[in-house]
Amino acid sequence: MERRPAVYGLMAEFDNPTSLLDATSRAYREGYRRMDAYTPFPVEGLSEALDFRRTRVPLIVLLGGLVGCFGGFFLQYYIAAIYWPIIVGGRPFNSWPAFIPVTFELTVLCAALSAFLGMLALNGLPQPHHPVFNAPRFEMASRDRFFLCIEATDPKFEAAATRRFLESLGAREVSDVED
Amino acid sequence: MTKEDRSNVASVDTTQMPVIGPGHSFASVTDKISSIVLTHRTPKGWFIGLALSFSLVMILSGAVGLLLVKGVGVWGINIPVAWGFAIVNFVWWIGIGHAGTLISAILLLLNQRWRTSINRFAEAMTLFAVMCAGMFPLLHLGRPWVFYWLFPYPNTMNVQPQFRSPLVWDVFAVSTYFMVSLLFWFVGLIPDLATLRDRARSLWGKVIYGALAMGWRGSARHWHRYEIAYLLLAGLATPLVVSVHTVVSFDFTIAILPGWHSTIFPPYFVAGAIFSGFAMVLTLAIPLRKFYGLEDFITTRHLDNMAKVMLATGLIVAYGYLMEFFMAWRSGNKFEWYMTMNRLRGPYWPVYWGVLLCNVALPQLLWSRRLRRSALALFLLSLVINTGMWLERYLIVVVSLARDFMPSAWGMYRGTVWDYAVFIGTLGFFVFMMFLFIRFLPAISIFEMRTLLPEAEVKGEAKEGVKWKEGQPSTV
Repeated sequence: MERRPAVYGLMAEFDNPTSLLDATSRAYREGYRRMDAYTPFPVEGLSEALDFRRTRVPLIVLLGGLVGCFGGFFLQYYIAAIYWPIIVGGRPFNSWPAFIPVTFELTVLCAALSAFLGMLALNGLPQPHHPVFNAPRFEMASRDRFFLCIEATDPKFEAAATRRFLESLGAREVSDVED
Repeated sequence: MTKEDRSNVASVDTTQMPVIGPGHSFASVTDKISSIVLTHRTPKGWFIGLALSFSLVMILSGAVGLLLVKGVGVWGINIPVAWGFAIVNFVWWIGIGHAGTLISAILLLLNQRWRTSINRFAEAMTLFAVMCAGMFPLLHLGRPWVFYWLFPYPNTMNVQPQFRSPLVWDVFAVSTYFMVSLLFWFVGLIPDLATLRDRARSLWGKVIYGALAMGWRGSARHWHRYEIAYLLLAGLATPLVVSVHTVVSFDFTIAILPGWHSTIFPPYFVAGAIFSGFAMVLTLAIPLRKFYGLEDFITTRHLDNMAKVMLATGLIVAYGYLMEFFMAWRSGNKFEWYMTMNRLRGPYWPVYWGVLLCNVALPQLLWSRRLRRSALALFLLSLVINTGMWLERYLIVVVSLARDFMPSAWGMYRGTVWDYAVFIGTLGFFVFMMFLFIRFLPAISIFEMRTLLPEAEVKGEAKEGVKWKEGQPSTV
């Protein structure tokens, strides 16, 4: 049985994206890995500073698009040529050029739905609660403050030492995050 | 903007003009936009506007109720003009929607940062316009309660849609368009809903915005996936918007009727859609920035840029008219030539001349820089263009159907009072939905506005800091 730590982590609060990005890079160089940054808008280079470069979102969208494309064409082929064959304007049952517009629309529809659902699923949303919301003034993360949280599960995490380290990065304030 | 600035406006180069007014910070942008939604004092004008538009929605309900009870005979449609107002309004509304997607998706891909302050309500405009558009073909079915027969599903009747018909393509195009626009709009809203959740003071505000924000916490990893998903959605919406109006134009071009059977239709329909859509964005944006004091966010530069897009797409539309005329003459087809002469001199001549006046002649005023930067002039011109584009669809649908090949099959069409009632009703519905949207959701994307501020840019060493890392990128 793993003992759950009483604190989720230590949250450092910054004024601007530059100090946050600087702090994140330094924390990574220091050897911290289990951490995340929280910002009111996407900050360029921040996910790279956390060594988070690739996601599976594009792959999911590609697969969704392929399912929509082949599924959409097959649906029309099956209905027009097998299930309900009917001659219209002397065209062949499998009059594939006429099936392209709907195939295209269904490709886009399935790809867009996978982009939306895939992004939410990989982000673990919807999630009713998360410990970082316990941090003081965390509601400012959606306004004008920038946060860096080093989690207690990080092997290098030591309450006192990590706090000293975060304070040395020029944080406005460092606070405990209850789990 | 001070008075002196305003008088100098005509002489300044647009690229020098800011996309956001001076003196704003992350906090002030957030507070200004979210205060429109979170205030407890709803402006009186909002209630008056809502009441007026709601009374038009009541007219819509009445007209649709009568239509359901009596059938489509209450409209002016008959053979040969079986399409009438319903299809005119459908094409007009769906075209209006296209500007929203163009602003949000295509301008995003082209990295046009000025789009940021207008994309949110332009997307909302798309959604509401597509709702209005969708009503017409459904009501025109005659039995709208069996609309689901349009979709392929296993049924006891053993019949299925006929996929060689452009009308079935249209069902898929428009429903996909609505769905993708809704997803794109909602994805854009998620971080702003989190802002509203964190700033709402009432319990209901916290609960509802909190539920809609789905626990968004602005994590860097989340933002990374979010930005990729948003970009991919934009990339998907871009060909989609072109395909939707192309499919709408197929409704006409696949038929052999003179005035419909033309290969210029797809590009000229798409250009016309963007032309009328930008006109509608201006019709909405100009009063919005005035009444809510958003001149810092929707600046003169935005108006100027939108006017330029209107001018460019208007010229493409004019080229479309010219080519229709040229091809009618060059083809030597007497039915095509008769159709053209009928437009110029036939019983519907005011429609064609109205189209030329509103869509070709008057938009040339946009060459004037002074006019492009005058909110009032642009507002009036946007109304003119919206009228002109409605007339253009009337020209295509009604004037072509009224006189085809055989004079014995000709007939005149005139909309009845119920045709007008449904059309005015959808205008009311559209405005009603916009009023609700402005009051309950942020009309300008807050998080994207933050990225426009100079402070949002990472400076100095930190920017270099991310480049040092070695090793393989990890997939999470």
